[in-house]
Amino acid sequence: MTDIASHAPIGRSRFSLMNYLVCLKGILIREGLRYLNQRERFISSLVRPLLWLFIFAAGFRQVLGVSIIPPYQTYVLYEVYITPGLCGMILLFSGMQSSLSMVYDREMGNMRTLLVSPFPRWFLLVSKLLAGVAVSIIQVYAFLFIAWFWGVKAPPSGYLLTLPALFLSGMMLGALGMLLSSLIKQLENFAGIMNFVIFPMYFASSALYPLWRVQEASPLLYKICLLNPFTYAVELVRFAFYGQIEWTSLAVVCGFTIVFIAGAIIAYDPSRGLVIKKQEGGNN
Amino acid sequence: MGTNAGLRNINDKSMPEANLPALDLASVSYAYGKRQALENVTFSIAPGRFAVLLGLNGAGKTTLFSLISHLFATRHGRIHVFGHDIDRRPGDALRRLGIVFQARTLDLDLSVHQNLSYHASLHGIRSREANRRIHDLMQSIDMSDRLHEKARSLSGGQIRRVEIVRALLHEPSLLLLDEATVGLDIKSRATILADIRKLVEEKGISVLWATHLIDEVSHADQVIVLNQGKLVANGPVHDVVKNAGAETINEAFSRLTGIYALNAGNRL
Repeated sequence: MTDIASHAPIGRSRFSLMNYLVCLKGILIREGLRYLNQRERFISSLVRPLLWLFIFAAGFRQVLGVSIIPPYQTYVLYEVYITPGLCGMILLFSGMQSSLSMVYDREMGNMRTLLVSPFPRWFLLVSKLLAGVAVSIIQVYAFLFIAWFWGVKAPPSGYLLTLPALFLSGMMLGALGMLLSSLIKQLENFAGIMNFVIFPMYFASSALYPLWRVQEASPLLYKICLLNPFTYAVELVRFAFYGQIEWTSLAVVCGFTIVFIAGAIIAYDPSRGLVIKKQEGGNN
Repeated sequence: MGTNAGLRNINDKSMPEANLPALDLASVSYAYGKRQALENVTFSIAPGRFAVLLGLNGAGKTTLFSLISHLFATRHGRIHVFGHDIDRRPGDALRRLGIVFQARTLDLDLSVHQNLSYHASLHGIRSREANRRIHDLMQSIDMSDRLHEKARSLSGGQIRRVEIVRALLHEPSLLLLDEATVGLDIKSRATILADIRKLVEEKGISVLWATHLIDEVSHADQVIVLNQGKLVANGPVHDVVKNAGAETINEAFSRLTGIYALNAGNRL
């Protein structure tokens, strides 16, 4: 019975494109339902950037002048400058939230139901990533809707043109979150992600201040900002609002997206991955 | 209740699967760092058999399940599910596997229907077909009325039964159940065990049932005993009992796992 030669491969059948779409749809619906079931998550995802917009930006409007820099054609209010950064902030927190939910799913065992699906592991992970990005883009548009009433308005076409930039940036940050989730052993360790990933990425970027101002203040910080992929995500979104493509940002965001996704797929591959190693201690 | 509604019969000899071992492990070993969890484990289960994997806590049952379900990669040895190598063709092997994990894996914030639909989509089953199967299977366990309730509102036994329904949704040929009755009352345990045995009898589904509870073993079962990561017995109940020099499966298990010696020592 155990003679390997006796195992002629039989009954091989491949999933059709429709099967893949059914699987993707199921993962999207599940992520959406989880999001709807966690209303506080939706509210907190909006409160955070709105606080920055209503309080921080209003207070710093007089202190931080923004000169005419691309893509802006004229002087803009600080609220206008900071808005793409706040969109990035939503994507960043959402990406990390997804990683938190993956760690939670892993601890609770729900992740196993996904990983024992017969679809390829890379497809399952990318589908989960897409579902997370879809949810975060909804959050961004809810934020932009409220900001519009606050007087922060982009050109009307900008709201549509920024969608691909939000998608790409969301993919990059979501993939980073997914990769990080493979490195986190326990849910409690997520606080470390806040301190060592989210805050440094957010503050050492062009989200809050133009890079020329950062360079004036600290050349070292400027270099760090240039090394930070989040800077490029913010700039990609900023230019997209005005119907422009910042090619360097596009290349960097695409590059990091590929690297992070590849890293996450490797980390979740049972033959090479890190995820199972994190669980090994508890199994027998 | 009968959990076999809507399932095809895999004893159909026209299906090539009927002639291959449902599960075949050849020299499987696994280590967590320096700690050897499984050592050279070899056994196979014929189609339509109910096999009980017996072992004390820490014997390696969950590690074995993680390897069979491809959560862990097989570093040493090979595992085939109906002829499909789990590491080389995981998709083909996994679609034939229905798995009930030791830990509860329903999403408690979603309804029963949402949980089951999600699983169906993870197997590429379209919503109309998924709804039909969900309806039939839930009806067969008399839980149709709980379909739209949150999983959180179910009892431990009901969650387990829904998890079994979920494992059957994609019509697997081999069902793996890891300590499926742990933490349940006697009635729930008996009901679940009877349902699974009925599936084997009527539909020819093969079952690997991991447990440390001897009273779940029946005379007709294949018994596989793991002790400290090693296979110490494999075969029909009477063979295992005879080879262990025991009179009952309970005694055989005690001898094979060292409990017997421990108890004898305590008596001195």
